[in-house]
Amino acid sequence: METKKAIISVKNLVKQYDDFVAVQNLTFEVYENEIFGLLGPNGAGKTTTLEIIETLREKTSGEIIVDGFSVDKQAQNIKKIIGVQLQAAGYYPNLNLVELLELFAGLYGADVKPMEMLEKVNLQDKAKAKYKGLSGGQKQRFSIATTLINQPKIIFLDEPTTGLDPQARRNLWDLIIEIRDAGTTVVITTHYMDEAEQLCDRVAFVERGQIIALDTPDNLIDQLVNSGFERKKEVKKANLEDVFINLTGKEWRE
Amino acid sequence: MKQYSNTKATFALAKASFRSIMRSPSAVVFTLAFPLIFILVFGFLGGGGMHIDVGITPGSDLKNPVIGMLEKTGMIRLVKNKSKADFDKLLEKGNVDAMIDVHRKVNSVAYSVNIVYTSASMDKGNILKSVLNNLFYDKNLKPSVAEIKESTVHGREYKTIDFILPGQLGFSLLSTGVFGTAFVFLSLRQTLVIKRFFATPVKRSSIVIGEGIARIGFALLGALFIILIGHFFFGFTLVHGPVTVINMIVLATLGVIVFMGFGFIISGIAKNESMVPPISNIVTLPQFLLSGTFFSIEAFPSWLQPISRALPLTYLNDAMRKVAFEGAGLWDVKFQIMILVIWGIGIYAVAVKVFKWE
Repeated sequence: METKKAIISVKNLVKQYDDFVAVQNLTFEVYENEIFGLLGPNGAGKTTTLEIIETLREKTSGEIIVDGFSVDKQAQNIKKIIGVQLQAAGYYPNLNLVELLELFAGLYGADVKPMEMLEKVNLQDKAKAKYKGLSGGQKQRFSIATTLINQPKIIFLDEPTTGLDPQARRNLWDLIIEIRDAGTTVVITTHYMDEAEQLCDRVAFVERGQIIALDTPDNLIDQLVNSGFERKKEVKKANLEDVFINLTGKEWRE
Repeated sequence: MKQYSNTKATFALAKASFRSIMRSPSAVVFTLAFPLIFILVFGFLGGGGMHIDVGITPGSDLKNPVIGMLEKTGMIRLVKNKSKADFDKLLEKGNVDAMIDVHRKVNSVAYSVNIVYTSASMDKGNILKSVLNNLFYDKNLKPSVAEIKESTVHGREYKTIDFILPGQLGFSLLSTGVFGTAFVFLSLRQTLVIKRFFATPVKRSSIVIGEGIARIGFALLGALFIILIGHFFFGFTLVHGPVTVINMIVLATLGVIVFMGFGFIISGIAKNESMVPPISNIVTLPQFLLSGTFFSIEAFPSWLQPISRALPLTYLNDAMRKVAFEGAGLWDVKFQIMILVIWGIGIYAVAVKVFKWE
């Protein structure tokens, strides 16, 4: 683990709004080619932190280096090597998926074939559909396709699975793991701990703008167990979601 | 990685925006359908209240019973105090419907009345003719009028469409510029589309320019469409043919750029989409009504005219009519262009202050 190279390094990040401090002195590193989870309750400062790294928001103080570029001086260079999926972002109205991908290709100055991008996220059948007409899972997969256009080194996914049904969620996990295996670093936020446990190589818990724990999910769980924690209920070998998937099938519906 | 191209990004945006506009029903309705419906209605309706403008030839006797009687009819507006050359132009365009020259006959108490009609306004000329004939046989007047001499000059026919179409064109440009721009930037901001764009290397100027190219392109296509429909189906006069069309397109470009400035301002001050129509109407309605879209602003009461003369659409309409019907070149309407440019500078100065990206 120690030999891994940090692709994002955040040092003493502070973001202060008029009346409250959203991010207090955050320090962490994201390693190359891992899935890094930022976990925490709503309003903990996850999205703010992501948006500062993505160069979409000004920080109050601190230092951030993304693949050797500083957010202060080389924001433009950073934008070229990252892919961003925003929470609840819409897309240009009245355009179909292929046209939207053409637009993003132009914005990134990338030569990509829209159909190939759609195939990557298994949406080739929806080429002529409008974004608004997609299901929740399809929308998220399309958003991820737009983040891959510039063949980024890092992609940021802000709560990509919120509101999806179990099948769509698992389907998206597979996609995210594929992207990581293809060599891209993934930074993700989520409210779902089972998701973080299955998906993330390392997770950071953020609370009131501070990191309160950072490690691999395994280590964090072990630490808790070693401290004498026990679940009230005996853990079974399957949970209710497994039952749901078993009953309704793994097949993903539109 | 190869060099990033701002131009490519700008055109990708322009293309996307243009596609989006073409598929947006409201844009098509405001830019094309409304103006065409008005052209249709007014084209068939003809002008409203009837006036006959009669110029008095310089040097004509004014204190004679004929002119007095003409004034009493209430239908005839006498136009005085213009030079012969001015009158000739007005007559040719049909801006005055006829000229009258009254002289006392040599060695006689009776008057000689000389009337010149214009083919540019034959219908009104005919009405004047019958009015004069009635006067001529009027018992009180008869002894003092010896003769009425009539002749007709050849002028260009000025049709209702020649007045209505430039006004509708201006209105189309106004609504495309104001509503379209305001809605698009507000909704792009609210749905975080712009925020997503900011996560790409695209420059802010590319976003504005790309949108602008698409909007202007669409407005000009609409303008061309209206001009051609007007010309081929309603006989809209284009004095110098294609050259006139090009001049009109140049004016339309200037107009829509100025009007888009209002749109940028509105997108900045509107809190949500439902606030766009009321604010936009504050901008468009007064211009729609007061800028000579339907009626010549000369028909407005004199206290209203200064307001009309303050509005940018007035000058666009004015310039369009001069170019289309009188065959004026762009240099001939430099005053109107100057006023539009001044408006543009003022509007964009405000837009830069109030426009919001997020």
